[in-house]
Amino acid sequence: MKSLFERGPSLRTRFFIALGCASLLLFLDHRLNTMQPVRSFLSTVVSPIQYLAVLPQQISARIDYSLTTRSEVRKDNERLGNPLLELEMAAQRLNFIESENDRLRQLLGSDVRGASRRMVTEVVAVASDPFSHQVVINKGSSNGAYVGQPVLDNRGIVGQLVSVGLNTARVLLISDQSHAISLRVQRNDIRVLAQGTGDLQKLALLYISHSSDIEVGDVLLSSGLDEVFPEGYPVAEVIEIDRNEQFQYAQVAVRPYAQLDRVRSLLLLWPGHVDEQPVFGRANDDAAQRPEVNYVD
Amino acid sequence: MWIKSGLVPLLLSYLAALVLMVLPLPSVLEVWRPDWISLLLIYWLMAIPHRVGFVTVLMLGLLTDILMGSGFGIYTIALVAVAYPVLRHFQRLRNQSMLQLTVFVGLLVLAKRMIVYQLEHVLNDAVFNLPYLYPVITSMLAWPWVYLLLRKYRQTYAIR
Repeated sequence: MKSLFERGPSLRTRFFIALGCASLLLFLDHRLNTMQPVRSFLSTVVSPIQYLAVLPQQISARIDYSLTTRSEVRKDNERLGNPLLELEMAAQRLNFIESENDRLRQLLGSDVRGASRRMVTEVVAVASDPFSHQVVINKGSSNGAYVGQPVLDNRGIVGQLVSVGLNTARVLLISDQSHAISLRVQRNDIRVLAQGTGDLQKLALLYISHSSDIEVGDVLLSSGLDEVFPEGYPVAEVIEIDRNEQFQYAQVAVRPYAQLDRVRSLLLLWPGHVDEQPVFGRANDDAAQRPEVNYVD
Repeated sequence: MWIKSGLVPLLLSYLAALVLMVLPLPSVLEVWRPDWISLLLIYWLMAIPHRVGFVTVLMLGLLTDILMGSGFGIYTIALVAVAYPVLRHFQRLRNQSMLQLTVFVGLLVLAKRMIVYQLEHVLNDAVFNLPYLYPVITSMLAWPWVYLLLRKYRQTYAIR
């Protein structure tokens, strides 16, 4: 204990030095954007903490699974069998239509759309900072993930990767306030921009003139114009339009299809035009990863 | 160089606080999650200020920034700002009653969260919502238990 007679600089000096260091970090990261390599290195360093945090949940899920009875499993099997058959039949038809579409596009002289590849990933942590909507997934640069990669769930677009570590990556959800996505209305191809509002169930459309033909219930698809998200995936549905003339633009609220509040399994998508390639793990990785299947975007 | 006594238990306590900070919770409880990292830092800064100082605060702040996915420096600045009054008055704080200490901790957590909010607001246009301040209440409720638990922990593993 040597707290009465301190050596070294005074407490206040040390405080200002520490504050200076922290402010320098803030400045370097926010104004100069020079911290991306450091960030990906550090997110690799902290990934054990994230895995540790989900460990109890995984153990309880494992126990839960090992306690399911035979009859329950059989019931599940029956329940899942019929939709699978239907989906396989739909996929056959889809393959035929896609090859026909490619041929027709060739005839028209336009580009054939490149094949995109997917990988199933699990959410390992939810950033509990209430000001940003992010989740952490268990795939990283060792799986070929890259910054700016689109992420989907079974209903629609979820978001994009903003930082990538070795085994984890961080997804910025479309509902985050700093995120915007270019969409088009399915009915009439009007281009719109949807920005997150900080509410998981609501996005806002920007710069919609009062006369534009958008109705409640319209389906919004990704337009592909932002060169991040591939074209044609469902994103949101219009739920509310306020054409109050005292505002410069109409206030349009849309609800995302993706269940952003209960994401569990997500799909990482490698669109056809990017150079990065998915790196699939060994056979003991997720059974859902089938490298031989080449979906067409 | 020699390793001071109780280094590993000290590091383990940091790890526990970081894990608790990102532990997935049901969304009902999520907004009430106590500010574990602030509570832990306040205790160590008060109990062993000659050992846990601004360098530790900077390191933990950086890890918090990474885990929270915020910009670098936001949580670091807030934690440094909270650490100063604790380090300045640690001798006085040790002699406070538990009630006074709890109120003080509540104010510190409130200050920390307001600083984080202000920085997020200026840098990323964050919008304030009241549930963001709920953890101040739960942190105050958790503080006496954290305090007693950590004191026992410190005595058991001779962290000095």
